Amino acid sequence: MTDADRRAACGGRAALGLLVAVALGCGSRAADDRTVELWAMGREGEVVGRMVGEFERSHPGVHVRVQQIPWSAAHEKLLTAYVGGAMPDLFQAGNTWLAELVALDALEPLDDRLARSSGIRRDDYFPGILDTNVIADHTYGLPWYVDTRLLFYRSDILARAGRRAAPQSWAEWSDALQRVKQAVGADRFAILLPIQEWQTPVILAMQLGAGLLRDRDRYGDFESPAFRKAFEFYLDMFRRGLAPSAGAATVANVYQDFAGGYFSFYVTGPWNLGEFAQRLPPDLQPDWTTAPMPGPERAPGTSVAGGASLAIFRGSPRKEAAWQLVEYLADPERQVEFYRATGDLPPRRSAWSAPALSRDARVQAFRVQLEAVRATPKIPEWEQIASRIVEHAESAIRGSVTVDQALAALDRDVDLLLEKRRWMMQRREQRRDAMERRDPRRETMERRDPRRETMERRERAHGAAAQGQG
Amino acid sequence: MELRRVPAGIWFVLPAVVLIGLFFVVPVAASLLLSLTDFDIYSIASLANLRLVGLMNYRRLLQDPRFATALWNTFYFVVVGGPLSIAVSLGAALLLSSRLVRWRGLLRTVLFLPVVTTLVAVAVVWRALYQPRYGMLNRLLAVIGVSPIDWLGDPRWAMPAIILLALWKNFGFNMIIFVAGLQSIPERLYEAARLDGASRWAELRFVTLPMLAPTFVFVTIITLIGYFQLFAEPYVMTQGGPADRTLSVVLLMYEEGFRWWNMGYAAAVAFVLFGIILTVTSVQLLVRRAEGLGGTSAGAGRSAAR
Repeated sequence: MTDADRRAACGGRAALGLLVAVALGCGSRAADDRTVELWAMGREGEVVGRMVGEFERSHPGVHVRVQQIPWSAAHEKLLTAYVGGAMPDLFQAGNTWLAELVALDALEPLDDRLARSSGIRRDDYFPGILDTNVIADHTYGLPWYVDTRLLFYRSDILARAGRRAAPQSWAEWSDALQRVKQAVGADRFAILLPIQEWQTPVILAMQLGAGLLRDRDRYGDFESPAFRKAFEFYLDMFRRGLAPSAGAATVANVYQDFAGGYFSFYVTGPWNLGEFAQRLPPDLQPDWTTAPMPGPERAPGTSVAGGASLAIFRGSPRKEAAWQLVEYLADPERQVEFYRATGDLPPRRSAWSAPALSRDARVQAFRVQLEAVRATPKIPEWEQIASRIVEHAESAIRGSVTVDQALAALDRDVDLLLEKRRWMMQRREQRRDAMERRDPRRETMERRDPRRETMERRERAHGAAAQGQG
Repeated sequence: MELRRVPAGIWFVLPAVVLIGLFFVVPVAASLLLSLTDFDIYSIASLANLRLVGLMNYRRLLQDPRFATALWNTFYFVVVGGPLSIAVSLGAALLLSSRLVRWRGLLRTVLFLPVVTTLVAVAVVWRALYQPRYGMLNRLLAVIGVSPIDWLGDPRWAMPAIILLALWKNFGFNMIIFVAGLQSIPERLYEAARLDGASRWAELRFVTLPMLAPTFVFVTIITLIGYFQLFAEPYVMTQGGPADRTLSVVLLMYEEGFRWWNMGYAAAVAFVLFGIILTVTSVQLLVRRAEGLGGTSAGAGRSAAR
């Protein structure tokens, strides 16, 4: 985007500012051509701030300014920055935000750069993780670190309950939970499944091959047999008293409760490797470990592909420099360094051969799991859909509705949420059909070039912007 | 030359009018327009994705079970929490004005402290108090034989827990207003009452309360408006849970607007809430005025209404 373009778009949004952006305005940014602005969240922001020094030394003339943003405000801040025309050149983005940012046309496709790159090989990345960055055949971000969910458990309590190895299948898992529950007694539980997290029911459903959405992500598919079966399995853990059914408020301190044996299994993510090692009492350290998710038949069962990526703003005038920084941070050695500092797991297989990762059995469970991860639907509405899953699952857990009612209500809600998406897809198809009738040859050409579509969208956006100005 | 003919008064009000126009009238008009569209994340990308939907947002709102829940919760909070808060404020004010109490200045400061404390800090402490297994509140209740309550996790108890917190946090403000109201009651009225042989209860019933009527009108309206806009307490304590039992209308609006970027829908929520508050306060004023015209505090009631 040239400066004039951006001003035009900015002007349009200022007219639109009546609606949202009025207070944000369209600030002009420092026209320093050599300073790459990078937004990173929380601890990652802190660590990357220390890592860019060496990058600046090895890339003379390029400067990096890191801005640290708290996780809780990050999503909002990115969107308001986009509306206000104050986007950074490069930023860390949660994988599930990418679809939304693509809908805003805010991201630079990285396919060509990836193909040209000497240091980055696509097939070195865990495929499920890389796939979360691919939307409509374009790669919009490069995974920075990965996140998934698997089992953390107390091996001592499991042994006391008569089981040595981690459960491999649902049947074994269910049996192990039952035995643990019997061993620990009535006022303790076998597993902690935080009610406000959508991950566990979704992971179980993915393991059975549930699509979650159907018909090109235009309708909810939660009444499907696969989702229903997974949902029943999930609810059963509450119904049988294996999991405490209260919200987060009851478990004030996960670490204290895990140490005290209030629950023995916990489905959670890599950040807890560090937290458990740090917060559990020293004498308990040999007694906890991790295992890949049990699957319907065998482990590892599919889990959810999460994490954060680095993405380049489409309107940035410093894309080349930003890309150099991406390449620098994607280097396996740097990723191991990053892992040491943050505990964030690297997305490249080659980084996992480093001793720091390969010698740690608890971390290796993640290595196994990462080969079996799947992305959630890559549409902007997903997070909202996930919040509805939580809502209806909670009602079912509390028993205020039946499973049938909960799933029907969930499908109804999700269909309503996706109405706009259906309308936009239909409109796009109608336009394509109209064009096809006018000139069939041009249409076949367009089909082959998917970039065409985004270009058209940009043209329309600028058209609207120009009208707004006039 | 032309400018001289403009009355001087215009120049005095102009800055205020411009500011109010720019920062109040324009945004309100814009959000009214917004509520008639389906403005969302796609519309931020391109205005071509914006549809004028007329009253669709309002129709959807009426059918949205979450909005019904939010409305119910908000009314619950207002109807239970509002009177309770006013009663406690009045009680505290009477206590502070009583000649029997020593260290009045200190007590007033202490009781007012929650009002000036940051809610986020308060929330941390109250979450600890409410913790079902280690929390102080349940331990105290255990002493008198009450079995533990999952204050913030049990759908039946979450709203009472929020009300209790809001009560503690906010009663100091109304208390100060009541104290001021009490101080403006002339001492001679009490003297006259005592000469007539009135008991302390009769003094309260026939002197204090009628004389406080204008203060009451003010306090009730301010409290009602404030309580209808319940947001921060559930936002920091429960995020609307468990099972949406502490989801308030404003929290729903915030979620729709700034979490999901359904700005059109959020604007519709805002206007419905505005309508409700306007209706309730108007009804209340009308009732007060009708009452006031018949009673002794007619003048006082009317002056407060103005």
